[in-house]
Amino acid sequence: MNGWHYIGKVEDIPLQGARIVAVGELGNIAVFRSHSEQIYALADRCPHRQGPLSSGIVHGDKVTCPLHGWTIDLASGEALGADHGCTRPFAVRSDENGLYLQLSSNDG
Amino acid sequence: MTTSPPKHLLVVGNGMAGIRTVEELLALAPNSFHITIFGAEPYGSYNRILLSPLLAGEKNKADIITHPLEWYATQGITLHVDNPILSIDRENKSVTDSRGQSHTYDTLLLATGSHPIIIPLPGQQLPGVVTFRDMKDVDTMLELAKEGKRAVVIGGGLLGLEAAMGLLKQGMQVTVVHLLDILMERQLDAAAAALLKSALEERGMQFYMPAQTAAILGESQVSGVRFQDGSELPADLVVMAVGVRANIDLGKAAGLHCERGIVVDDQMQTSDPHILAVGECAQHRGMVYGLVAPLFEQGKTIARRLAGATDHSGYTGSTLSTRLKVTGIDLFSAGDFLGDAACDTILYQDPSRRIYKKLVIKNNIVQGVVLLGDTVDGSWYMELLREQKEITPFRQQILFGRHHLGDAGHGATKVADLPATHQVCGCNGVCKGTIEEAIIKKELTTLEEVRAHTKASASCGSCTGLVEEILAHTLGGDYIPAQSKSLCRCTPLTSDQVRLAVRDQQLTSVVQAMQQLAWSSPDGCPSCRQALNYYITVFYPATIQENPADRFVNERLHANIQRDGSYSVVPRLWGGTTTPAQLRAIAEIAERFSVPEIKLTGGQRITLLGVKKEQLPAIWAALGEQELVSGHAYGKAVRTVKTCVGSRWCRFGVQDSEQMGVLLEKQLWNSWTAHKYKLAVSGCPRNCAEATIKDFGVVAVEAGWELHVGGNGGIKVRVTDLLCRVESMEEVLQYSAAFLQLYRREALYLERTAPWVERVGIRWLQQQLVEQPDYRQQLCAEFIQAHQCLDDPWSTRAQGKLGTQDFLPLTSIPFRSLENVA
Ligand SMILES: Cc1cc2nc3c(=O)[nH]c(=O)nc-3n(C[C@H](O)[C@H](O)[C@H](O)COP(=O)(O)OP(=O)(O)OC[C@H]3O[C@@H](n4cnc5c(N)ncnc54)[C@H](O)[C@@H]3O)c2cc1C
Ligand code: SF4
Repeated sequence: MNGWHYIGKVEDIPLQGARIVAVGELGNIAVFRSHSEQIYALADRCPHRQGPLSSGIVHGDKVTCPLHGWTIDLASGEALGADHGCTRPFAVRSDENGLYLQLSSNDG
Repeated sequence: MTTSPPKHLLVVGNGMAGIRTVEELLALAPNSFHITIFGAEPYGSYNRILLSPLLAGEKNKADIITHPLEWYATQGITLHVDNPILSIDRENKSVTDSRGQSHTYDTLLLATGSHPIIIPLPGQQLPGVVTFRDMKDVDTMLELAKEGKRAVVIGGGLLGLEAAMGLLKQGMQVTVVHLLDILMERQLDAAAAALLKSALEERGMQFYMPAQTAAILGESQVSGVRFQDGSELPADLVVMAVGVRANIDLGKAAGLHCERGIVVDDQMQTSDPHILAVGECAQHRGMVYGLVAPLFEQGKTIARRLAGATDHSGYTGSTLSTRLKVTGIDLFSAGDFLGDAACDTILYQDPSRRIYKKLVIKNNIVQGVVLLGDTVDGSWYMELLREQKEITPFRQQILFGRHHLGDAGHGATKVADLPATHQVCGCNGVCKGTIEEAIIKKELTTLEEVRAHTKASASCGSCTGLVEEILAHTLGGDYIPAQSKSLCRCTPLTSDQVRLAVRDQQLTSVVQAMQQLAWSSPDGCPSCRQALNYYITVFYPATIQENPADRFVNERLHANIQRDGSYSVVPRLWGGTTTPAQLRAIAEIAERFSVPEIKLTGGQRITLLGVKKEQLPAIWAALGEQELVSGHAYGKAVRTVKTCVGSRWCRFGVQDSEQMGVLLEKQLWNSWTAHKYKLAVSGCPRNCAEATIKDFGVVAVEAGWELHVGGNGGIKVRVTDLLCRVESMEEVLQYSAAFLQLYRREALYLERTAPWVERVGIRWLQQQLVEQPDYRQQLCAEFIQAHQCLDDPWSTRAQGKLGTQDFLPLTSIPFRSLENVA
């Protein structure tokens, strides 16, 4: 298997918002759609206290965790500002049919 | 020269001094030592100073831990927590831990701090008698404060008063017992101590002094305290805060030279050249310190020595200042504040404003200072004292502060003239140069940011003024002072300017507002998006097209996110009343959806805790069938109207408070406000519904109703101001809607009614609402109109009118993995 999984259409994700993909034992992966129509995917767990990033406010290419307000870079998963920590990013691509999420060969 | 393998540094004590020394060493010479730390406490290092705000509920544990366990791992330090060292074998250069394991060292650093002093009184070992030194003590006090009512604090020094204030904040009745009739006698003279005492009494603290404790009473648990003169005080908790004594146990047993502390030289070396000591356990040039400031210098000295620097003259001692960390009371003291016959005293006293300033001066050099009520110049006086500066040129104006001297110089140091090595923050050991570097490199523009990045002024706060000056000086024209702080980084406008722009420029959407007001970011940030969205809902309720992405998750999903990412659901029970059918429905739903916990809230509601996001729409539909609507327990919105049973049932009741509450809640519910908004109605002046700590409180009297506004029962309790008295229920309804609408129009987003009422003043509110009936009616009508634009958010979503698919996963990928998501 090449590791790319079809997950749905771009329009299924609210603009400046996110939806989750439940990936069995891997847990939830949050797929974000930014203001400028970029799609990003991160493990749905803030590096601080595991807050659900998918429920945060998406602004620019960042998301702010709903639990304690850490701001995470959507592309790298790194905490921004004075905070330190990183959540795992995943690759996403799209074609005319919709969006695909890559789970690395290690994952499955 | 051959390179030898790194030597082994073993540190005993994971407190403030030990960890600080290790940090200095890592900064100066990383990888030069293998480092092992033993700590008797079960956590990473924490800021002991902040135990006082922890006890007062102003900070939580996570806030005060400075070095979480991961930090040690990333620095390659081996940490043993909860494992005290029991002995030192100097001959073999090894130590034995509490598990019987021995560990060798090349250099041993003792940083064992102090023991709290326990007065050997009968009953001193009873449960309920505690000291105030570590996190465990705070846990014990918080536990006892839950059940017990009365606390006695023995000791009227800094520690005792901070403990007493914390317990007072936890709702206990607190009496401070002190041996002398002067509080904090090591820092204050009699006049300042008397002023401090009355300020604390005003906050509810009681004093029993001078008094000498003779025994602690109780059988299996403490029940009181007896004094030398035979008198007694009842107590459920006794705090002994009578001072500390250096913890020299290990050093003494190992035969190191000890007096009151472990004696060290200027290089912080003990009588054994392989053993160093730092912090409160060390005695240097006859001094044993009990404050943090000396440890930074001491730690630096040790780090330089270990890193092999030879040009260093060592540690020569510290001048200390003290500040009381009690919110709302400013007190600063340093040096010799009593003076002798050769000293002059310069004094400024304004009893009604509770300001007291005293400088002790000898040969035109400051020897000591006491400041109460106005401490902004504390750090300046401290600097004059430490540097032994001649004050002759400005002696006449000295009590008016540094700013009064103007720009002429007069020998007073200005921020620009301070050397980069000048230590600005004594609590966290941060120098001017470090702050400037952080401001420039990390592009910091606000005090909060400087605090977050450098920790300067983040503990006791006494250097806040100086940090702000450094910020202003470093940024020059870019600096925006705190009073007129911009809403966020996306705009230079303040929250109030944004509010007025929305109102006056007909800005009816967030996107439009950002364009028109020249936002600097493409789609804002959480702060401004939520504020703009709120102002627009207030001024354009009928036309706003809300974007759910501009709302915090609670308001987007209409449920309250919990720490584990689950949600709580709180149906509205009008006025705190319910019916068997509703209770049955709630019980049935809780069972059907396996809700883990049901709890009664302080606002007389039932909350279902631990609900999963994807369950929300189904739960709402089920609640909706029983006509239960959203309780808005999650939002910046009208929350609850709490009521007592009033004249319907209570033998004292003079009006039907229950009916009044239900009517009020039906009129006001489902409205967005600048911050959460709570109401209560009591059926008589006994006020069982606690209406006088609510945003809008109604208290029944024989002739009608009293309307109270601007109360708050949170961290900072504020009692309401009386707005007016009215006769009928209709008037109560009209006033309540008008007041709410005025608050919605005028207050800043996230400003609660308590600070807002303080800001605008109760007189202004009375002029608007009581003295102008037309305006009152207009506000009331405006509110009712806005209210009609809203549907119950739950039923709208349960009926699928708004995207409920967002609550569900996009898809699932069945998956078995070899590794977990990081
Ligand atoms: C409530 C409170 C408020 C305070 N407020 C202020 C303030 O406003 N300003 C100020 O300057 N100072 C304040 N202080 C004092 C300040 O906290 C101390 O000066 C500082 O913590 C001293 O640091 P230290 O490392 O020497 O001791 P500590 O921080 O006490 O660290 C010593 C550590 O060593 C551990 N230990 C002891 N023996 C062993 C052993 N045998 N093996 C392993 N570990 C051991 C102890 O458990 C402890 O964790 C306050 C103190 C308290 C308790
Ligand atoms: S406030 Fe008055 S009416 Fe209400 S329960 Fe208390 S005593 Fe009764």
